[in-house]
Amino acid sequence: MKISAPQIVTKDLNVWIGKKHILKNINIEIPEKKITAIIGPSGCGKTTLLKCFNRLIDLTDNVRVKGKVIVDKENIFDPHIDVIDLPNIRKKMGLLSQKPYPLPMSIYDNVAYGPKIHGKSNKEDLNKKVKHYLESAGLWNEVKDRLKDPATSLSIGQQQRLCLARGLAVEPEVILCDEPTSALDPNATRKIEKLIMKLKKDYTIILVTHTLRQAKKIADYAGFIYFGELIEQGPAGEVLVKPKEKLTMEYIEGEFD
Amino acid sequence: MNFRKIEEYIFKILMLTSLIIVLGSLIGIIAVVLIKGGAAINWEMLTTTPKGGFYMGGGGGILNAIVGSIYLASGATVLAFFISIGIAIYLQREFTSDGAAGIIRASLDILWGIPSIVYGVFCFIIMMYLGVGTCLLAGIVALTMLEIPIMTRGMDEAIKMVPSELKESTYVLGSNRIETAVKVVLRQGLPGITSGILLAFGRGIGDAASILFTAGFSDHIATSLFDSAAALPTMIFFLSTSPIPEVRDRAYAAAFVLLSIVLLISIISRLLTNKFSKYIIK
Repeated sequence: MKISAPQIVTKDLNVWIGKKHILKNINIEIPEKKITAIIGPSGCGKTTLLKCFNRLIDLTDNVRVKGKVIVDKENIFDPHIDVIDLPNIRKKMGLLSQKPYPLPMSIYDNVAYGPKIHGKSNKEDLNKKVKHYLESAGLWNEVKDRLKDPATSLSIGQQQRLCLARGLAVEPEVILCDEPTSALDPNATRKIEKLIMKLKKDYTIILVTHTLRQAKKIADYAGFIYFGELIEQGPAGEVLVKPKEKLTMEYIEGEFD
Repeated sequence: MNFRKIEEYIFKILMLTSLIIVLGSLIGIIAVVLIKGGAAINWEMLTTTPKGGFYMGGGGGILNAIVGSIYLASGATVLAFFISIGIAIYLQREFTSDGAAGIIRASLDILWGIPSIVYGVFCFIIMMYLGVGTCLLAGIVALTMLEIPIMTRGMDEAIKMVPSELKESTYVLGSNRIETAVKVVLRQGLPGITSGILLAFGRGIGDAASILFTAGFSDHIATSLFDSAAALPTMIFFLSTSPIPEVRDRAYAAAFVLLSIVLLISIISRLLTNKFSKYIIK
């Protein structure tokens, strides 16, 4: 795959957890302001790969990482990077997880959390930001009259969009989506998919998904991971429809059986 | 009736018996304290300090012990809080390896099991060495030591229950470990943390052995940390060993006050828990 200005590049990325070799020599390029889908069977390392992009992998026990992950020309696994700098690396990457985990506070405070810890606490500014990002996540009209309510009072689909708004409020460059619709009903799923398509105008999006249909529908690029190895990557139209590799073909066909 | 039905029946009876023993004890204790202490409870008993001959049936009340108990238990709970919250946060895996945390938890459990009289004697020796006699401060220190393991383990369990995904989601937003611990983990664990604090307070206010040697006893309300101070448990101890029946009834009155405080604390803890639970994810 030839990408003019990739946002994220991994170079011979290897991850071991305990004695298990989870990721094997991953060399993937993530294009800027596009949706890249990462597909593959469960337990093949897709989530681990995502966790490498924001160094959340550090929180895993007995983990060993070798190789480079280059974000904006900087290797985020450079040994010179101190624990103190991690928040700045993570700030660049929003994350939408499988299940929404709203913070134990009000709807407003959930969105304001990021801007507050990053030192922008002018009240008026904050109000504007909260409104703006709730609008971006398509949630403003549903919650504008109850911003002080606990975030847990929202439905699970709304919570997922709140988590998106919360992530956007930190002004990331990349949004990592780890099967963001697997806990949602079809209606809420459609809303999230629409949002993701809208957001690629401003953000680089990496979407880990189990549903090929979802990948085909919204992805521009795709990568297929099989037991820790990146089998194939390229434009979604190629990888997901007429892949070059036999393994990818088998997986895609199996999915539709 | 077949065998399995008989088996189930027997176990049902056993469980019911256990329940009756526990509930019966609770009701029994409250009833005895009310019946015996009710007669001795009056305004004077609650609002005055002992006058001459109080322990022989003379006038006065137990205000010195009520105030002393509140001083001792509140002081100890505040001190124990600042120490325990630090330990509980530190025990998270972001700060401490699982192995070290295991050793710390085991130590705390051993400390929890140490009889309170041992804490009392230990503090007594230290106070003697420092040349300070029995005083409020010594009592507070002894109670703090007694409360720390209870409070810390309570907080620790509450913090352990915080889902790791919730913590991850705050790290993704660019929080550092302290921000996550203070702004999110403590909030999510708040109901459990509150009940840990109140449990420790309840344990502290009810303990006699640890303050017997350390806080001493006094008929006056302590005006400084270096005054001796009475407390409800020690007051109960002295009154109930009296040969005079009316004086023994005063022990029940003191027990009634102690029981009311403990009951009040547990009601407050339930109310607070409900209030805080609104925001947390289940």
